[in-house]
Amino acid sequence: MTEVTFTLNGKIIAVKCVPGTTLLEYLRQLEMYSVKYGCDDGTCGACTVLIDGKTQNACLTMVGTLQGKTIDTLEGLNEQKLVKSIQERFLTEGAIQCGYCTPGMILSLTALLRENEEPSEVDIRDAISGNYCRCTGYVKPIKAMLK
Amino acid sequence: MKIVGKPTNRVDGNALAKGKPVFADDIRLSDVLHIKILYSTIPHGRIINIHTEKALAIPGVVTILTHKDFPPHFYTTAGQGYPEPSPRDTLILNPTVRFVGDKVAIVVADSLEIAKQALKSITVEYEEYPAIFDPEVSIDNTVVLHPEINDDPFLFDSKRNIAARITADVGDVKVAERESHHVFEREYSTPYVQHAHVEPHITLTWMDENNRLVIRTATQVPFHVRRIVAEVLDFPISRIRVIKPRIGGGFGAKQEILNEEICAAVTLKTGRPARIELTRKEEFFASRSRHPQRIRIKMGLDEQYKIRFIDLNILENCGAYGPHALTVMSVTSQKTLSLYNIPNIRLHGDAVYTNLPIAGAYRGYGAPQGFFALESMMDEIADELNIDPIEFRLNNFFRTGDEIPIAEILGEGREGFKTVLNTTGIEECLQRGRILIGWDHHRGKEQTGVIRTGYGVAAVCQGSGIPGIDMASAFIKMNEDGSFNLQVGATDLGTGSDTSLAQIAAEVLEVPVEKIIVYSSDTDMTPFDTGAYASSTTFISGGAVKKAAELLKFRILEQGKRILQVDDADISDGIVKTSSGESLTYSDICTRSFYTDHQQQLMATASHTSFDSPPPFNATFVKVSVNTDTGEVKVLTVVSVTDAGQIINPSMAEGQVEGAIPQSLGMALSEFMIFDDNGRTVNTDFLNYHVYYPIDMPEIISEFVHTDEPTGPFGAKAVAEIPINGPAPAVVNAIYNACGVRIRHLPVTPEKFIRGLGKL
Repeated sequence: MTEVTFTLNGKIIAVKCVPGTTLLEYLRQLEMYSVKYGCDDGTCGACTVLIDGKTQNACLTMVGTLQGKTIDTLEGLNEQKLVKSIQERFLTEGAIQCGYCTPGMILSLTALLRENEEPSEVDIRDAISGNYCRCTGYVKPIKAMLK
Repeated sequence: MKIVGKPTNRVDGNALAKGKPVFADDIRLSDVLHIKILYSTIPHGRIINIHTEKALAIPGVVTILTHKDFPPHFYTTAGQGYPEPSPRDTLILNPTVRFVGDKVAIVVADSLEIAKQALKSITVEYEEYPAIFDPEVSIDNTVVLHPEINDDPFLFDSKRNIAARITADVGDVKVAERESHHVFEREYSTPYVQHAHVEPHITLTWMDENNRLVIRTATQVPFHVRRIVAEVLDFPISRIRVIKPRIGGGFGAKQEILNEEICAAVTLKTGRPARIELTRKEEFFASRSRHPQRIRIKMGLDEQYKIRFIDLNILENCGAYGPHALTVMSVTSQKTLSLYNIPNIRLHGDAVYTNLPIAGAYRGYGAPQGFFALESMMDEIADELNIDPIEFRLNNFFRTGDEIPIAEILGEGREGFKTVLNTTGIEECLQRGRILIGWDHHRGKEQTGVIRTGYGVAAVCQGSGIPGIDMASAFIKMNEDGSFNLQVGATDLGTGSDTSLAQIAAEVLEVPVEKIIVYSSDTDMTPFDTGAYASSTTFISGGAVKKAAELLKFRILEQGKRILQVDDADISDGIVKTSSGESLTYSDICTRSFYTDHQQQLMATASHTSFDSPPPFNATFVKVSVNTDTGEVKVLTVVSVTDAGQIINPSMAEGQVEGAIPQSLGMALSEFMIFDDNGRTVNTDFLNYHVYYPIDMPEIISEFVHTDEPTGPFGAKAVAEIPINGPAPAVVNAIYNACGVRIRHLPVTPEKFIRGLGKL
């Protein structure tokens, strides 16, 4: 068993887990269902989380490596003003279709906007470049952020 | 109209934006069993022995099911209406395996890890058979895939490996060929392509407190799931409840009964909840894909460049089993022959078995393959005759009032219905797109450099539901605050149909959309609907919602008059009003109906079918740049102009177009399944199967032209599939325009392109 302590959505937690447990498996066991399975290899971005403020794929992150880190999922950020404003833009623009990639995309955009308040289209495209979406062609998610 | 055609936020948008637990896998079941499938490692052969002893000895392995555990009941996994027009060639587990990835055993364990471990401990002995990987040699091959099936009405000829055949004749092609001034013949083909929805196939099953089987699954066809699971497991429909939560995309792959019967069998055998989820890797070989087709077209024109005849010959590869084999090919033909008014038609199509992964329903359902061929050919002909490709098309379209003869011949596995074109905006789509892309200013300029740009166009059509077959129903009831519960069997798989149906109800009832509470796709709670496929939901399910809402509105008015004791009144803005100034709000009427006056629940149900399937139309223009040294093709701009009748929800309709474009560009340029010498799928992840990511996207311009379709709800036609038909042919036409290289066999790879330039 691996033992680590980290901060998850503002709460410090101590975790014992089998070596090799991914953060994706762990978070879904905790019923943090905004973090989703899509590929196993970091190519779809449906499991995007923020680790120390940076976007990471939870499926490629081993829980055992998280000692002292700060992890945020959408569940912990839903009431934050910045996140709410992105969600509002997405809703108004019609940027959500099936919504499966949406939490990951919103976290990627949150990380972007925390560092860059007025991103260009290229910045936005770059920020969500790891968030695969099969429904929208990315047109409205990008447009939502430019308005 | 106040709500239809106006910006309206999605009714499920807030939950999705916040990442709420709304998808199939977002619940926790206690004591759940995990299922993994053991797949065949050989392309064709008979299972002699499956050694499961070692695996069963692993603590936590609960059971391992093999073909011996299931009675040999043949069915089709195509989630279609009954009787399904697809061959019944499938067993849950079959002692013969027919492709690398065919199901061999079902491993059931207390955890996913244990199930995966158990897979590795099973050994299988096979008697190997020779295999067929090339559809061109499948017919009359000595290797026969399904020799045991003799009397299935939807399997054309099992001895000859022909899963399905279609033929049709209109007019006299022989005479027309003799009389034509210009005759052309070409061959095109399209590859195996994946749906690649982000949410994999996921199914959960359990027995509820009344010992009924609950199936919570990512499906486009909950009612077909219920019927087919009941049939194959010999379990009563009355004891099955299928729940479709939010779905993470499907595009046709979730029209398949892929895991539901397996998961349900495990729950029925063990009494425990069960869960099966395909991994991304499994999605690539064990799910479904777009049918590859080889299409030969012969076409003849008269002196005025009017098309006199078309001879369409299709060879479709359906892989190892035949779900949708007939109907995909039928749609290929029916759609491609519904665009241009061609008096003489000959059609022959064969769908053949091969020892490759199974094809199935994928957005467009055969039309993308057909239009790739037809619209490439239109471009080739225009170029050879030195006529403008837009004018050539405009000269040949069906026009309003024209009868479309092929629609009457080809229905869904049977004859169709007489079809007259009520509305067509195709000319306007072409003319508008022409302006938006700058066709007349930029196209055809002489170029000599390494990097060249080109412009291409394609005109396409689709249908709106399956005429005479699709059926939808809706139930609406009224609440005391003037809100309404709308319950529909229609299946929102991420398209937003819950929202567009709410808009239709709100428009009729003259209330804001917020007053419509939608609940969809739960076989216990909602009335029947054939499901979300064939561009049917807005058109067919929308028709049912409109009828139910109109009936309820009539009943509200009658009840209002009874309460007010008047003979005459009207409804406006959701209030019953008399000419003398008396009025009752919906809230008043419902509250008094519940508790005090002429007591009743105001409610209505309605069903809807249509013998019309009005075609939506689209013109797609593409601007590409090509590098004549490296073979790189870059799509710079896609202009997509669509006639989908009256648009119900503008941003959702645009979203359908914007999402369809990269799927079609993928088929043209980067998405294709690769098989090794054993027919094993090689590229089973997004590193090696190249879908479009944000940085790959061209500029997209999407517009709609307005028509008012008399057979659709508020004038609507379908929009879900039509935009996927045009981009691929427009791309190859643009490549040709850029540098004179014609690529007839997708995908366009740098190698093919450089070869076309004569540099290889």
